[in-house]
Amino acid sequence: MTAHAEQTTPLAVQATPPTRQAAPGTVTNRVGFVLGLADDALVAAQRLAQWCTHGPEMEEDIALSNIALDQLGAARLLLTYAGEMEGAGRDEDALAYQRDDREFRNCLLVELPNGDFAVTMAKLLFLAAYQVPLYTALAGCGDERLAAIGAKARKESAYHLDHASLWVRRLGDGTDESHRRMQAAVDEVWPYTHELLAPDPTAPVDPATLRVDFDSAVSGVLAEATLTVPETSWTPDGGRNGVHTEHLSYLLAELQVLHRAHPGASW
Amino acid sequence: MYGNDFPADDTSGGLLGEVEAAETALREAAERGRRGAAGVNPAAYFAEVIAADQKVEPRDWMPEAYRATLIRQIAQHAHSEIIGMQPEGNWITRAPSLRRKAILLAKVQDEAGHGLYLYAAAETLGVSRDELVDLLLAGRQKYSSIFNYPTLSWADMGTIGWLVDGAAIVNQVPLCRCSYGPYARAMIRICKEESFHQRQGYEILHTLAHGTPAQREMAQDSVNRWWYPSLAMFGPPDTDSTHSAQSMDWKIKRFSNDELRQRFVDMCVGQAEVLGLALPDPALCWNEERGAYDFTQPDYGELMQVIKGAGPCNRQRMEHRRRAHREGAWVRAAAAAYAAKQANQKEQANQKEKAA
Repeated sequence: MTAHAEQTTPLAVQATPPTRQAAPGTVTNRVGFVLGLADDALVAAQRLAQWCTHGPEMEEDIALSNIALDQLGAARLLLTYAGEMEGAGRDEDALAYQRDDREFRNCLLVELPNGDFAVTMAKLLFLAAYQVPLYTALAGCGDERLAAIGAKARKESAYHLDHASLWVRRLGDGTDESHRRMQAAVDEVWPYTHELLAPDPTAPVDPATLRVDFDSAVSGVLAEATLTVPETSWTPDGGRNGVHTEHLSYLLAELQVLHRAHPGASW
Repeated sequence: MYGNDFPADDTSGGLLGEVEAAETALREAAERGRRGAAGVNPAAYFAEVIAADQKVEPRDWMPEAYRATLIRQIAQHAHSEIIGMQPEGNWITRAPSLRRKAILLAKVQDEAGHGLYLYAAAETLGVSRDELVDLLLAGRQKYSSIFNYPTLSWADMGTIGWLVDGAAIVNQVPLCRCSYGPYARAMIRICKEESFHQRQGYEILHTLAHGTPAQREMAQDSVNRWWYPSLAMFGPPDTDSTHSAQSMDWKIKRFSNDELRQRFVDMCVGQAEVLGLALPDPALCWNEERGAYDFTQPDYGELMQVIKGAGPCNRQRMEHRRRAHREGAWVRAAAAAYAAKQANQKEQANQKEKAA
């Protein structure tokens, strides 16, 4: 879908002994970057899983569960890798269940409540339009593990993008009510896309380089769906630094409640 | 991944082998082909097909009562899959590890798939899925009463897999030989997946039973709550079962409620021992003469109450489904409107092409 962003400095850095300074692409940076992607996927999976048995039709219950499973699968691979890079003995469950909301690195977009089906599809469209070029770029990066994860996940994300695009077109160009709801959803969610593409030149893939692909995927769908992008200068962010919306803590409370009630137990 | 102190790979007590055998029989029957044709006496031909253990297919003549019985049974089965997503769906967001979360999500997704598959089987009998869903939502068709019990702990995910899916398999394996072809074929596929579900439930309980004291207690409490409702899944005792005799003649049903219940109990006792969990029945003991376990019957009065709508979760389950259906109405309407627009545009484009 996109030319591989060949910004593979991290591999070279990996071989050099740790330095005190957080130079571009240090292991610490990379752990943070991978945790960000992992948390995006984990939190998105949790939100999508909340739809299970609530979908507007039975086929959609299956589809949303499927997408949740894909996101969860990517989250597990990424969390495991982040834990290994960190070297503190934390596995996927330690990272998913034992961190507090201030330690999560996901973007705000994925933690927003599901809202109605239009809001969920707007969130999925924007997330997938970001993840497709991101994973594609990762698939070509010099870090073998990330490349392998990217190669697997980009195929799944392409399907998510396809699914969300179809629904956004159906809802945008369906009935008056669905158009109104879909436009309201785009208006509500759009400002949160800013954070997805915020520049980070030290990352294995600088999100700013994904802008062209993101815009072309999204603008085509919105135009066909007879929808418009709101004009706003409001660009909420903070997720990548652990400063979240009020929603994340509740989401994590639910996700972590049982695991935390039984310290040290295996499941 | 699994402990090595499991009784066997197949925790369904050899039932998976019966599914395989049913599949082979189905194939052989198809290769043999049916003798003769419906001709002037379709009723006689129908009886011949049943007697020869051949399959009745959608376009064949069949007695209206046979059709009605199948629609009722397949629809009830489909509804059970759809409603049955709720008690387990209740724990997806709180699953205690990411691996368990993924497995549970996939399992609930399988159930939605089974539901759709069964609705499709019912549709071959000349009824639409929408009609059947409306009957469910109007409370005019039932689903399995077991799903009207609440899932109060994570261990219930294990117990539902082990006991509830286990009972379902015992019930459903004979249906793989059902005389109606589409239902028999659907059941073969579904039983294979159910057997996997049962195994994962068993594994959850095994892990809990060998875990911390609190986990062990959680597991035992769960088995205590689900044992008798699981026994009740086989329906009322044979003396009170209204649909059984005719269904047996038609080879829709192959074993009586009590036979299947006994088979289930006999299967569970050894597995409970391996789990190290007690079945909550002090009267449970081996009867040498019968070659089977004696056990306490479930409370059929309670079963009738739950069937009538007075179980702990009947109202909640129905309201949940009605709400999802109601809140999704605008989405379905949009999809229909969009499809109509697309078809219209295509039509206009075609006409333009013709004109040019």
